[in-house]
Amino acid sequence: MTRRAPGLHPDIEVSPWRGAMRPYDLVKEVTICFVVVVALTVGLAVVFSSPDERAITMAQWSNAQPVDFAQTAISELDGTSTSANYGPPYNHGPNSQQLFGVSPERLIGVHLPLNTAQDFVLGPLSTQRDLPGLAAALEAFAAASPAERASWEQNYEGAITASAAGFTAGHLVVARGDYGPVGTMIDALTTMARSGALDTSMLTEEGFYSTNFTKPLLLLADSPSYLSSIAQAQHLAGGQWGMMNETGKYPGQAWLWLYTLWYQVPPMKTSSNADLEVWAIMMLLTAGLLLVPYIPGLRSIPRWSRIYRLIWRQHYRSMAVAQPKVNE
Amino acid sequence: MSQQRNDDLSTQWSARVRARAVQALPPDKLLPDRQPAYVASWIYLFGALTMTALMVVIATGAVLSIFGPTWWHTSSVGHFVNSLHLWSVELFFAFMVVHLWGKFFMAAWRGNRQLTWITGVVSFVASILAAFTGYVSQTNFDSQWIATQAKDGINSTGGGALFNVLNFGQMLMWHIMLLPLAVTAIVILHVLLVRHKGVVPPFEDTTEPLATSAIGSEA
Repeated sequence: MTRRAPGLHPDIEVSPWRGAMRPYDLVKEVTICFVVVVALTVGLAVVFSSPDERAITMAQWSNAQPVDFAQTAISELDGTSTSANYGPPYNHGPNSQQLFGVSPERLIGVHLPLNTAQDFVLGPLSTQRDLPGLAAALEAFAAASPAERASWEQNYEGAITASAAGFTAGHLVVARGDYGPVGTMIDALTTMARSGALDTSMLTEEGFYSTNFTKPLLLLADSPSYLSSIAQAQHLAGGQWGMMNETGKYPGQAWLWLYTLWYQVPPMKTSSNADLEVWAIMMLLTAGLLLVPYIPGLRSIPRWSRIYRLIWRQHYRSMAVAQPKVNE
Repeated sequence: MSQQRNDDLSTQWSARVRARAVQALPPDKLLPDRQPAYVASWIYLFGALTMTALMVVIATGAVLSIFGPTWWHTSSVGHFVNSLHLWSVELFFAFMVVHLWGKFFMAAWRGNRQLTWITGVVSFVASILAAFTGYVSQTNFDSQWIATQAKDGINSTGGGALFNVLNFGQMLMWHIMLLPLAVTAIVILHVLLVRHKGVVPPFEDTTEPLATSAIGSEA
């Protein structure tokens, strides 16, 4: 047993233990722990299994909500979609986030180049020239001036987002207007998507073998409602603390509770720079946790909290019993 | 002649490394059969529970690796192995969080144990990253949603250019190769540090009896 040496910092230094020792079988302890963990894992897997909601496809999306798909497609073509305005690492769109006037993503720059009109609309359509009227439409679009294209796109976007827009007999239906070839193009892209050909086209952009889903996932994420409505139903949305949830009634990444907490509180809750702000907070907190031993005040919390009295209660009880003998 | 041979050995790299290793971790420290009497709380089990849960995570992940990333969608055996993988991960994190808070309230960095604490925190952070890359590698709706949401956070830091969460192939390689290696290496270092430094002694409360033995800072 020891006493605190003069000048010994209680939150940094310790006196060497000169008290009693007890038998301890490390190998036995680890073996028992292993058996317990295996039993718990097997038990939980047998009783609860694991969730597996199938991945959604362009074909599913465009068949379930063709108008939602067409709204996304025109926003990709006219450059008003989320991806088109994203900024680095995809493009030079205006929506990059910044903190204290600094935008790390702008500093790093565009490394995964994305042209939504070409990658999501014109490129895939160029593989489907046999669709009725599409070849002529693409030629007319290519020959038009930027102002003409912008006018057609704007008119069509207004029409497809109007409440009158619908889908009948395999085709999009919108109010009459001056859409140039854009109406034919978006209708053809919807047909292509419904057949499954868009999935194939996007996945084989990099060649026969591909494991990079960046572009298809960005297109899916640009949907105004399809992807998010499924996520909402699975309680995965941001406002539902979805980051730490899992599909169904399964525990997800519960260890992300603090990360997702910051998105629920002002000013991050409504900030356009929320992601960067939350990351900055989490990096600071992680650095704090890492460096606890060196941070005055923080490293004293365990001593102040006196929770250690509970952890080492047997030790302190034995000290209390031993004390009268020492005082004698 | 014999003296000459000994001199040669003392300059040998292998001999020097062995001598340093044995000095830092003699067998009775590496695999102890006795511990200080204060090591008597259920909280001490959570380190071993975390480590053994990691073993089950790696073993079940290895089985999934044998048959490929989409096997578990089409095979009932594969689905069960995936369930084992999921629940061992949940247990791993549950045990690790209890272990971490337990060590925090013991102020387990005392007595030159700062590096032990730091490697523990680094392994916690690396494990979060490993789990995250697993979630985006599931090839189902969950991975689609998580990837499309998580990209914004990582992109905002500028890290998206290097670490593209929408690139399934890249995430899978991080999940089954780089991060398991990193977590395993850090955990091994952490455990060796624990064995080298020993278990941190309790705080010396004023209620504690004074002793007559020598006082000093533990190495």
